[in-house]
Amino acid sequence: MREAHVDLLPRLGAFARLLHDAGLEAGPRRLTDATRALAFIDLKKHDDFRSALRTVFVSRKEDIPTFEAAFDIFWAPPDPRAAAGVMPGRGRSLPLPPERAQAWANALGLNTSQLNRERQDSEFVARSSGYSAEELLRRKDFEEMTWAETEQVRRLLEQAPWRVAERKTRRLRPARTGRIDLRRSARHAIRSSGELMTLFHRRARVRRRPLVLICDVSGSMERYSRLLMIFAHAIARREDLEAFVFSTRLTRITRLLRHRDVDRALDSVSKSVHDFSGGTRIGDAIGDFNRRWARRVLGHGAVVVIVSDGWDRGDPAQLSAELVHLRRSAHRLIWLNPLLGSEGYEPLTRGMAAALPFCDDFLAAHNLQALDDLGRLLAGLDSRSAR
Amino acid sequence: MSGNLAVSAHRAVGKADPAIRAGQAALLTFPDVGTSVTFDTVTAPASIEDVERRLRERRYIGDRSLATSIFLSLKLEKPLFIEGEAGVGKTEAAKVMAEVLGARLIRLQCYEGIDLAHAVYEWNYPRQLLHIRLLGESDDRRTAEREIFSSEFLLRRPLLDAIDNDDAIPPVLLIDEIDRSDEEFEAFLLELLSDFQVSIPEIGTIRARQVPFVVITSNRTREVHDALKRRCLYHWIDYPDLDKEVEIVRARAPEAADGLAREVAALVQGLRGMDLYKVPGVAETLDWARSLAALGATRIDPTLVSATMGAALKYQEDLERVREQVPALVEKAQRA
Repeated sequence: MREAHVDLLPRLGAFARLLHDAGLEAGPRRLTDATRALAFIDLKKHDDFRSALRTVFVSRKEDIPTFEAAFDIFWAPPDPRAAAGVMPGRGRSLPLPPERAQAWANALGLNTSQLNRERQDSEFVARSSGYSAEELLRRKDFEEMTWAETEQVRRLLEQAPWRVAERKTRRLRPARTGRIDLRRSARHAIRSSGELMTLFHRRARVRRRPLVLICDVSGSMERYSRLLMIFAHAIARREDLEAFVFSTRLTRITRLLRHRDVDRALDSVSKSVHDFSGGTRIGDAIGDFNRRWARRVLGHGAVVVIVSDGWDRGDPAQLSAELVHLRRSAHRLIWLNPLLGSEGYEPLTRGMAAALPFCDDFLAAHNLQALDDLGRLLAGLDSRSAR
Repeated sequence: MSGNLAVSAHRAVGKADPAIRAGQAALLTFPDVGTSVTFDTVTAPASIEDVERRLRERRYIGDRSLATSIFLSLKLEKPLFIEGEAGVGKTEAAKVMAEVLGARLIRLQCYEGIDLAHAVYEWNYPRQLLHIRLLGESDDRRTAEREIFSSEFLLRRPLLDAIDNDDAIPPVLLIDEIDRSDEEFEAFLLELLSDFQVSIPEIGTIRARQVPFVVITSNRTREVHDALKRRCLYHWIDYPDLDKEVEIVRARAPEAADGLAREVAALVQGLRGMDLYKVPGVAETLDWARSLAALGATRIDPTLVSATMGAALKYQEDLERVREQVPALVEKAQRA
């Protein structure tokens, strides 16, 4: 087999490590593929070189910008202007963990800010106070909770006993009753000289419905945001969950919630969501979801849960139109409103009034009890639609 | 029980060297390809430029980076995983590849619940039962079983066909819209793509004599598992820019006049910038250009565009939204 130019190999290895640190899958197998691929490429053609490495190291669209940034930073041709402090094409940021960013900056002769976004450190130390009666905690408004109490809520959420309901899939499984399984019945018959002695059956297998959570993190929801994120993290650990947050725009946080550790997960969410506690444009956010994400995440009979207090600065007509569309593509549309828990609340905000007719369910979300109610609803969904 | 039935059919043959394969291929002609096949078109591509040129000859206008991915996946003998929005030419890329390689295209369309009986093989039970009945009591059972579990009674589905065939040139296996299948099927594919072998209990293990060129496409309606992607080279097909799209319309819808081709392409580019539920793909551009050409149009105008918009826009809300802006869009497209 032909091999790429020998001098290139150590550099290629270093590049794979950079990609790895930036979150791409760049293990030995990919490195071997890259080495083999480069043997077939005219290395003087910069674009082909780039495409060859991209086709080997990238395996999802979201990783393309990271790859391009890493490629620009790593393989940038020596530029005389670099000496003068100007480095064209090196301004893009790479999502490197801070401890690695420093090492890379040194290795590549850059300063860290050229590699990495500013890291705002907002790490709290979780203290755990000894006592709080669980029953009281369940009914306490999230807004009034101390840090220690939210820690307890987190543990309770992780232990919550419910799971999202199942739906029938089109895949068939052997069963005692149901449709006749010709394959098994006939195979059996052949063994008894073509006599159909026993009929075997099969039925659709069941799968848990995917859950899509679209969470308002605008200013008016600030008091609830942290707990709702903890809630999202807890369900992400056991359910098929797609999660989004919005205030002025929509951000997908599904992957960020995959961290085992809730604090690290929340930390990465707050770093990638740039409009926490901004204003709200619910219609825009739902519209964005409908256009960019609905087709990807609403397959397989998904249940959509929107969490928002309905304070909306956008156009109520637009919100209604987007919800109509969303409801058509979801199995069930549930709206959670933390304010619903406050005494005497009526859904009078413009946004809420516009949204209400299009939601299948309208529930509170201000305390643990309310989230349990949601859990029971999700667990009880049957294959029939609520409509 | 099936142990003593198993007719050992280990038809293992190592992976043929691509050069040898290409050599064999060169001796043959392929009437089904449509055009006269010369020595040149059935050899394996020698370079990225070669792939580019051959795609172009087949009127497939793609990026050089796509040509690079195709070239490398042939050279490294790895499956090519193509993703992109609906209608950007993912499936078409595989079809054209089969043509330029002079290979047979084997297509497996995925859907929810697809299983081995539909993807790999199935026994022809009615025929087997009938056969057993006809044999009657006289024949001994073991012979009967050997007979009915022979290839004569086997219904070969695309994946078995891709592995077990006598093609002179390894076929192109297109696994289309894998995002529609489920995790179980993905897991099976993962296994198939690592060893290129299939086990049929009654017959034995069938190994590929030659590795097919595998193209997997996905519309990203869900994320495909990383383990499967890890086996593949990856390519994302983006919407083309205006000039490229004009070129595609000219190549694929030659019945549209030059001016019309450009205007329709510009119109669709304009639509892609709008806030729509379903952004039109290249396939829609082509449909639209063909529709307008069929109406005898050589230029676009607001009336024609309003009447034929359904070729590109598939949601009622999108049609409504665009309808108000047709005159402005047409004007912009004509200036582009």
